[in-house]
Amino acid sequence: MLTYALLLSAALFVIGTLGVIVRKNAIIIFLCIELQLNAVNLAFVALSRYTGIEGQLYVFFVMTVAAAEAAVGLAIIISIFRHYETVSVDKFNLLKW
Amino acid sequence: MTDVLFILFAVVAVGGGIGVVTGRSPVASLLFMVATLASLAGIYVLFEAHFLAAIQVLVYAGAIMVLFLFVIMLLNLGHDYRADLKYGSWFLLSLVVVGLTAGVLVQGLMGTGETGLRAGGAEVAAAIDAAVVEKGAVGVIADPLFTDWVVAFELMGLLLLVAIVAAVVLAKPRARQGEK
Repeated sequence: MLTYALLLSAALFVIGTLGVIVRKNAIIIFLCIELQLNAVNLAFVALSRYTGIEGQLYVFFVMTVAAAEAAVGLAIIISIFRHYETVSVDKFNLLKW
Repeated sequence: MTDVLFILFAVVAVGGGIGVVTGRSPVASLLFMVATLASLAGIYVLFEAHFLAAIQVLVYAGAIMVLFLFVIMLLNLGHDYRADLKYGSWFLLSLVVVGLTAGVLVQGLMGTGETGLRAGGAEVAAAIDAAVVEKGAVGVIADPLFTDWVVAFELMGLLLLVAIVAAVVLAKPRARQGEK
């Protein structure tokens, strides 16, 4: 089952990458990043059966960081929305070369 | 039985993931994401990670997704049905990146790394199962968390505090000039 879990993890990670590149809505880009984090979590959990309990601890830490990242990221999105009245990443390009 | 459940959860997870990327409204994407997270929790149970499955549902599918939903509703984005896909060169770039990523991941998977894992796998799994019976599903995580990993655990607490303060400061409406 390990191989299939890792394949599923790879599939979810690739789907998340695709979403980050092709979508313009900042919130959906965030969701796709969460999807990538979850793909990595799945790989950690699957491998923890073969390497020890530390894999599950890493998942715990990744979830904490994901929660912090979601809170700060969504606050930034709210702040940007106040300024530009949109969440399309094409519209805020001040930091783009 | 385990394999059937795994295939079921895997299909729901991948379907939900595709739904997240193709969903036309942010709320639809979010609900697909919840389906993905719930089926991942089911897969965690299949891998005997019961505590992680519980916090996956409570923290991820519960708290974080509700936070996303609050922001979507606060910004009133639910009615925005315009397709917001990037086309042209971005789409080509995404195909290239996705192909390369998939290639690297699958090649790493099919490589030699796994045979070494398989050799020692059975006794590691047996040791984890014995620890779960002895300490319980939470104790088996909590024991290393509060001994070997206590510094990382405390840093996580600090990180959450910083994130809360940052989120409040960032989301607060800016005070007008000279009002302070």
